[in-house]
Amino acid sequence: MANAKPRVIVVGGGLAGLAASVRIAEAGVPVDLFSMVPVKRSHSVCAQGGINACNEVARQQGYSEWMHFDETIYGGDFLNHQPPVYQMCYEAPKIIDLLDRMGVPFNRTAEGERDLRMFGGSLYKRTHFAGATTGQQLLYALDEQTRRYEAEGKVKKYEFWEFLWPVLDDQGVCKGIVAQDMRTMQIRSYRADAVIIATGGCGLVYGKSTMSVICTGGAAARCFQAGAWLGNPEMIQVHPTAIPGEDKCRLMSESARGEGGRVWVPRQKNDPRKGIDIPENERWYFLEEKYPKYGNLVPRDIATREIFFICQQGYGVGGGRQVYLDVSHLPEATKKKLHGILEIYEKFVGEDPKKAPMRIFPAVHYSMGGLYTDYEAAPDNKGLVQGAHGNMMTNIKGLYAFGEVNYNYHGANRLGANALLNCIFDGLFCGLGVANYVRDGVATSSADTQASVYDRAVAQEESRMKQLLSGHGTYNPYKIHEQLGNAMTDYATVVRDENGLKGLRGIIAELREQYRKLKLTDTGMWTNQNLSFARALGDMLIYADAVALGALERRESRGAHYRSDYTERDDSKFLKTTIAKWNPSSYSVSLEYADVPTPLIQPRQRTYGKVDKKEPAAAKA
Amino acid sequence: MTATTQETRTILFKIKRQTEPNSAPFWEEYAVPYKENLNIISCLNWIAANPTTTSGVDSTPVAWDCNCLEEVCGACTMVINGRARQSCSALVDTLVKETGADTITLEPMSKFPLVRDLVVNRQRMFKELIRLKAWVPIDGTHALGGGPKESPEAQDTRYALSRCMTCGCCLEACPQFTIDNNFVGAQAISQARYFNMHKTGAVLADERMEELEGPGGITDCGNAQNCVKVCPKEIPLTESIAAIGRQATVHAIKSFFTGKK
Ligand SMILES: Cc1cc2nc3c(=O)[nH]c(=O)nc-3n(C[C@H](O)[C@H](O)[C@H](O)COP(=O)(O)OP(=O)(O)OC[C@H]3O[C@@H](n4cnc5c(N)ncnc54)[C@H](O)[C@@H]3O)c2cc1C
Ligand code: SF4
Ligand code: SF4
Ligand code: FES
Repeated sequence: MANAKPRVIVVGGGLAGLAASVRIAEAGVPVDLFSMVPVKRSHSVCAQGGINACNEVARQQGYSEWMHFDETIYGGDFLNHQPPVYQMCYEAPKIIDLLDRMGVPFNRTAEGERDLRMFGGSLYKRTHFAGATTGQQLLYALDEQTRRYEAEGKVKKYEFWEFLWPVLDDQGVCKGIVAQDMRTMQIRSYRADAVIIATGGCGLVYGKSTMSVICTGGAAARCFQAGAWLGNPEMIQVHPTAIPGEDKCRLMSESARGEGGRVWVPRQKNDPRKGIDIPENERWYFLEEKYPKYGNLVPRDIATREIFFICQQGYGVGGGRQVYLDVSHLPEATKKKLHGILEIYEKFVGEDPKKAPMRIFPAVHYSMGGLYTDYEAAPDNKGLVQGAHGNMMTNIKGLYAFGEVNYNYHGANRLGANALLNCIFDGLFCGLGVANYVRDGVATSSADTQASVYDRAVAQEESRMKQLLSGHGTYNPYKIHEQLGNAMTDYATVVRDENGLKGLRGIIAELREQYRKLKLTDTGMWTNQNLSFARALGDMLIYADAVALGALERRESRGAHYRSDYTERDDSKFLKTTIAKWNPSSYSVSLEYADVPTPLIQPRQRTYGKVDKKEPAAAKA
Repeated sequence: MTATTQETRTILFKIKRQTEPNSAPFWEEYAVPYKENLNIISCLNWIAANPTTTSGVDSTPVAWDCNCLEEVCGACTMVINGRARQSCSALVDTLVKETGADTITLEPMSKFPLVRDLVVNRQRMFKELIRLKAWVPIDGTHALGGGPKESPEAQDTRYALSRCMTCGCCLEACPQFTIDNNFVGAQAISQARYFNMHKTGAVLADERMEELEGPGGITDCGNAQNCVKVCPKEIPLTESIAAIGRQATVHAIKSFFTGKK
């Protein structure tokens, strides 16, 4: 079957996967799009606050694409890759224009221009938004464009299909995938000349997070086991403001603070009064006091640690692990812009945040780390080579990683409203490179790849499934998951140290033993969600160890990774990417380090203008 | 609430299950330990980890759809105590207050083909969006400047419509929408209005109206207004139906005079 038309498989229909599908279909290459959920229900719908881009108003205040770039690198504590971040920031205004043309209902000013809001890590208004459901609105716009190509037969959707394994030919080049129909449970392979993994984050490794149920990191962990590397797996963002819940921690977006919301605790420990009854002068606005320049809009890693430590010192509301996030003083029009999130608080907590301060606490939110990818930098390092095959390709030829699963952009800490941007940028900008690669970078077409390559991969997955279904052990996968989540949350979130991380690795090893002795309560072959979860659990146990080992070996503090035993950043040893590799023979993770080039911006101290005030000033009477 | 009552109080779940599309439905009961602030999904999670019925039978975890857990993805719709709603945002405390009993009934939606237990196939809703060309026909993804300016009022109206999460509550509640007819339903009608409102989206308005005037279109709506009452996102569905009704009249007259019909 020589000269067969090349095809691309996109795994994941969040913002990154949809943007890629649209771009590649537009370039004339057919796309097969796989997703565990109907793409319109992907996790990206959860994004609330907004999407960053330099704009005319900000520009006339002195802001620029360069400053967006600089903020992102400073925010990421210099671990990000500069050429791709540079390109992303310079593309951002064009991306917003495009989304606007697609019909995204961005909020408007009186004159009909796109409105803007403040966001963390910046002193300029440069965040575009659609109410407090920006991700939903952006995802829908891309979903609609994808549907248009679907109607024209250029994109074929496989919804309720789970990606199980990337198919590599004898040269180690990616030539397709193995996937399972989640209803009939049929496992089969699909051929493609390039595969894009756009499967989002791995919050479920922590049990509860702000992420959606399918964000297990399973797909990334499967690529990892097939030979793809992970970059900086230890870099996990804990968002400062979420509502703890039984099934998930629901986010209260940074936009609440961007619109003027204030974080505080009572100045008096264990103050028994209700929040609204505590007078202004007895409230401690600790972020504003410690960071006069950025106030409540310091980056997330810093805000999270401050909240965490304040509670540890006993200042938490009611002495517990919660602080106030207050929007009750804001004007009605501003509250309306936050409707989408205030509604969540009201629905799930049963209190009206328009009238009384919300009670919140940090929660696991985002994975800066993920599949390791490379890129082709422009000769002066200012951006990437447009349409280059290598942009965001993993170490496996023909296998790409886009969106949150791609480790490249956010270093040790992501700035708010930069994730949606990175997803769409990957899809649109790097998608072109994928189309070019399948047209003129592929030595043998997937149509000519031997059938045995696919059969082998299918057989492997069938046997893995049979093993799970026939398990006669005693352990319940949901209970193992709960223990994994608790251990990860205890030892690998806000504060980490040598002993805790070593202990954590021990727990993970023990849970892996239990996992060998699973018993599934459902062994049927029709819509077996139990099986899908159990399989993902095995993958989470592998991903978790990469996180734990990465955190253990990074003996410094940088961005979201804070070690109480190594509290300073150590550029001489750790201005480096952690590269995690899987060793199938020893069934273990090993690490290597690669220098992070800093061609455009040199690392500098990262203080966000902190002034030292350890205890609250006495109440001003 | 004291610790002891928390330990002993349970919520009885009566769940309508069905193993396969063609098998017979059956009911099962589970007693889930009560905690404050539980939502239905937490209870289903508990059952998944402890799938033993109140009569002591070891069963299988109940199948259901969910993803976001914060009422924005639309996946987790099911019929809870007789009403279609999201199982993530349905709170046990509220339901118990509504009925005064510690019993909660869960059933799959009845207007869509059943897949398993509480999972149904809602593909029809997405197909209707294709039929109605529910998109803005942009030239392509190249940088061609921004979209049309828009007043805050117009944005406000469009934003309200664009929050539809394709959950299906409005269709489950609609007397005109049945499992085997071809009525487009309130959700799709409202989406047609949404795209007709956008300057570039309106380029396809005539094509949308052709579809909506045909079989299964706007005239099949009996104006029962059940849809708007159950929409979790408070989408002004009856306003959309009225607006599309008016557009249909205009479009029919226009087609008549231009000789298209
Ligand atoms: C509550 C919340 C609020 C946020 N707010 C903002 C914000 O305001 N601004 C911002 O910039 N960022 C925000 N973020 C971050 C941002 O939403 C995410 O990083 C981004 O949406 C990720 O998109 P994605 O395309 O990479 O993946 P996702 O949207 O997570 O999509 C993953 C896709 O992969 C599919 N998939 C996964 N595994 C498999 C598999 N094994 N087989 C087949 N398919 C699979 C899924 O079905 C899905 O379609 C927020 C995040 C959260 C949790
Ligand atoms: S108004 Fe009535 S008939 Fe029309 S869509 Fe709504 S519920 Fe159905
Ligand atoms: S209109 Fe409302 S009820 Fe109907 S599908 Fe959309 S969100 Fe659900
Ligand atoms: S899980 Fe998304 S709406 Fe309930």
